[in-house]
Amino acid sequence: MTRATTGGGASRPSTSLKLSDVAFRLIGLALIDAVAIWLLMQMMADGVWILVTLLLIITIGINVVFLRPELYPLRWMSPGLALMLLMVVYPLVFTVYTAFTNYSDGHLLTKQQAIERMTTGLQNMYVPEGGTTYSWVAFQAEDGTYALWLTDEEGNHYFAKPGEPIQPATAGEGIFGPPDENGVPTSIEGYTRLNRIQAATNRDLPNIQFGEPPDAVQIRTPSEAAILQPRYVYDEELDAIIDQKEGKIYYANDEVGFFVSEDGETLNPGYIVTVGWRNFERLFNSPAIRGPVLRVFLWTVVFAAASVITTFALGLFIALLYNDPTIRWRKVIRSFLIIPYAIPAFISILVWRGMMNPQFGVLNRTLFDLFGYSPPWFSDPMWARLGVILVNLWLGFPYMMLVCSGALQAIPSDIYEAAEIDGASMWQRFRHITLPLLLVSVGPLLISSFAFNFNNFNIIYLFNRGNPPMSGTPTPVGHTDILVTYVYRLAFASGGGKDYGYASAITIIIFLIVASITFFQFRYTRMWEEVSENV
Amino acid sequence: MSERSLTAIRHSKSRQQQLLRVVRWVLTVILIFYAVFPAVWVLSASLDPRNSLAQQALIPPNASLENYRALFNNPVQPFGRWMLNSIKISTMTSILAVMISALASYAFSRFRFTGRRNLLLTILLIQVFPNFLAMVAIFLLLQQLGNYIPWLGLGTHGGLILAYLGGALGINTWLMKGFFDSIPRDLDESAKIDGATDWQIFSRIIFPLVRPILAVVGILTFIGTYSDYILASILLKDRDSLTLAVGLFQLIDGQYSQKWGLFAAGAILGAVPIVIVYLLLQDYIVGGLTQGAVKG
Repeated sequence: MTRATTGGGASRPSTSLKLSDVAFRLIGLALIDAVAIWLLMQMMADGVWILVTLLLIITIGINVVFLRPELYPLRWMSPGLALMLLMVVYPLVFTVYTAFTNYSDGHLLTKQQAIERMTTGLQNMYVPEGGTTYSWVAFQAEDGTYALWLTDEEGNHYFAKPGEPIQPATAGEGIFGPPDENGVPTSIEGYTRLNRIQAATNRDLPNIQFGEPPDAVQIRTPSEAAILQPRYVYDEELDAIIDQKEGKIYYANDEVGFFVSEDGETLNPGYIVTVGWRNFERLFNSPAIRGPVLRVFLWTVVFAAASVITTFALGLFIALLYNDPTIRWRKVIRSFLIIPYAIPAFISILVWRGMMNPQFGVLNRTLFDLFGYSPPWFSDPMWARLGVILVNLWLGFPYMMLVCSGALQAIPSDIYEAAEIDGASMWQRFRHITLPLLLVSVGPLLISSFAFNFNNFNIIYLFNRGNPPMSGTPTPVGHTDILVTYVYRLAFASGGGKDYGYASAITIIIFLIVASITFFQFRYTRMWEEVSENV
Repeated sequence: MSERSLTAIRHSKSRQQQLLRVVRWVLTVILIFYAVFPAVWVLSASLDPRNSLAQQALIPPNASLENYRALFNNPVQPFGRWMLNSIKISTMTSILAVMISALASYAFSRFRFTGRRNLLLTILLIQVFPNFLAMVAIFLLLQQLGNYIPWLGLGTHGGLILAYLGGALGINTWLMKGFFDSIPRDLDESAKIDGATDWQIFSRIIFPLVRPILAVVGILTFIGTYSDYILASILLKDRDSLTLAVGLFQLIDGQYSQKWGLFAAGAILGAVPIVIVYLLLQDYIVGGLTQGAVKG
C-alpha cells in the first residue's frame, strides 16, 4: 500500500513516441469509429435507443482511452471492459429496470409501438356504416403490379389500380377483353388474370390499397373488397384511442399499461409502464404467489447447504483416508476418484437420470431386488429432492476431496505429535485440530461452493426440470425448482404466460442474496485487504 | 512403564494400523466403484446394440459399435454437428477470454495508475453475478443486435460467444494478475532499457513465462463453456446450430427407454476428450481451482 508509485496519478513515463505507432493507433480508431457511426445511423433511424446508447458509450470510451495518454493502462483492458459493459453491466441495469415494470405477455411493446400496432394494418380496418363492398378479381401486370376488377352489389363494374382514382369500366371495351358469365373481362391488355386460388393465397394483395386514399379499396376476404377506414384512431390531446366503429373512447391508463374505456374494457395489446414496487408487493403479499415462492426459496437454501455439507463431508473423509503419503497407489486412486469431476456435469446428470429411471434404471432395479422398493425419484417431491442432492454429491465430492487434501498437507504435523503425547484420541485430534485449521483455509471455498449451488441451474433443470409440479399455483412451479430455474420458467417456459417483470424482481432477490454471500466471503477472507495490499 | 507393557502398546498399535490398512482397502474398493460405476455402465450401454435401458447388463452380449454408427447417421439428431459446434464455441470463447484477460492482467500487474485498486475490485464484484441471471436482457439485446450485425444475433454462435465473453474479466483476471506479479520486474526493466515497448515486453517476455496460468484459465473456460446449458438453450434455436449440452438433452429427455444406447454413445464421445484433458493436467487444474476458479 505504501509502495512508491512512479509519478503521482498517471503513471507511464512516456517512452519516445514513434510516429508509426501514433499513425497506426489513429487509423485503427478511425476504422472503429467509421463502423460505429455506420451502425449508429441505422440504429437511430430505427429508434432502438438502448443499442444506440450502449454503442455510443463504448465508442466514446474507446476513443477517450486511446487518445488520452494518462489513460494508457485502460487501453489494455478496453476489450474486456467493453464486453463486460455490454454483456454484464447493461443486462444487470436492464433487469433492475424491468423489475419495476409490467413487462410481460400482453405488455411487450412501448406505448408508441402499441398505438402504431392498433391504428395501422388491415386487421384494424373496418367497413364504415353505409360503405360499399365489392366482389373482386385480381390481375397482375407484366411489371408485377396488381389491379382489381371490382363489382359492387348493384352489378356496376370498376377497374382499380394502386394510387389512381377508381374508374367505372365495362368488359369488352378498350383494353378490357370479352366478359365471362359474371361480367368480368377474361383478359386485360398488359395483365394476366389470377385464378381464385392464386388470388386467395397471394400474400401481397391484402396489403395493397387500390384507388386513391381516402377512397381506396382493400381486399378483406377472398370474396370481398371494400373501402376501409381505420377503426382505431389515436387522439393525442385526449391521450386516448377512439373506436370509430363503436364510438367508444379508450383512455390511456399509464398505471396498468392499457387503453381503458369508461366501462372498464381494455384494448389489446397493452404497453410497458413502470409499476413501482408492485412486482415485489405481489411477491410478498399475494398468498397464491407467496406460498410457492417461499417454498422455492427455502428449498434453494436447503439444497445449496445440503450440497456443500454432503460433498464436504465425503471429500474430507476421503482426504483423511489417504492423507498418509506412504500409501501405495495414492496417485492412481486419486485419478479414479476425480473422474466424476472430470466428466462434464450435464452428461453425468443425464446418465444418472437413466440409472435412476424408476422402472428400468439399474439403480432402481438393484434397489428393488435388495429391498423390494423402487424409489420414485421423479414423481415424489421428497424422493426427487433427495435424488438431486445425491446426484450432486457424486458430482461434487472430488472437488472437496482435492481441496481438503491440499489443506491437510498444510497443517504442521508436530501439532498432532504434541496432541498424541497428551493422550488425545483420534476423534479429539480431528475435532480440535484438523477441523478448525481446515475450516480456516477451506472456509472461503465452502462459501463459493454455496453460492455456486445456489444458482446451480444444470443439476436441477437437467435432472427433472424442477419437477414434480406443485399443484394449484398460478404459474407452473416444481418441488425441486430453485430460484434460478423458477426465473427461467417465468421468462422462457411456455404456458402460463411469460412475465419478465416478475421474473426480474426475483432475479433481484437472487442478486441481493448472492451479494450478501459475497460480501460475507470478502470480509471473511479479507479479500479487500488482499487486493489493496497486493496492488 | 515396564518393558513388557511398552511392547504390548507397540503391538496393539501395529495391529491397529494393520486394521486401518484393511479398512482402507475395503473403502477404496467401494469408493472407486462409486466414482467409476456410472461411467462404466454408460460405456457398456453404448456398446449394447439392443439399445435398451431395461435389459442392459454390465457386459453386453454381442457388443458392437452399432450405437455409435447410428449416432452419426441420422439427420434428426446431427450429433457430429453438435459436437463440432460445442468444440468451436468453447475453443473460441476460451482463446478470446484468455487473451482479453491476459491483457488486462498485464496492465493491473505492471502499471501504476489512480483508481487501479477500485477498478480491480469493481470488476471482481460485478462478475460475482453470473450473467445468465440476466437472461431476459441478453436475449432481447441479441435479438436487436442481430438486425444490424447478423452474425451476432439471436440463434448465432457469434452471439452466444459474445454473451460468454462478457465474463472474460473477473476471477480469472485476479488469478492471472497474481501469477504475473510473481514474475520479477527486473526482466521488464532491463528490456525497457534496451528500448522495448510495453507490447514487446508483454508479447515476447511475459507471455511465454505465464503460459501455465494461461493454460489453466483457458482449459477451465473451455470446460465451463462446453458444459453450459442455460445460455445456449436460450440463445440457439436451429437443430443444426445446437451445442452438445442442449442437443443431448433434447435427444434423451423423455425418451430414456427408446434411446438409451444411442445417448450412451453420445455421452461417451462427449465426455472422453474432457476427461483426458482433465486427468493429464489435473495438477495444474487443481491449483487453479483451489484458488477460487469455478468449473461449470
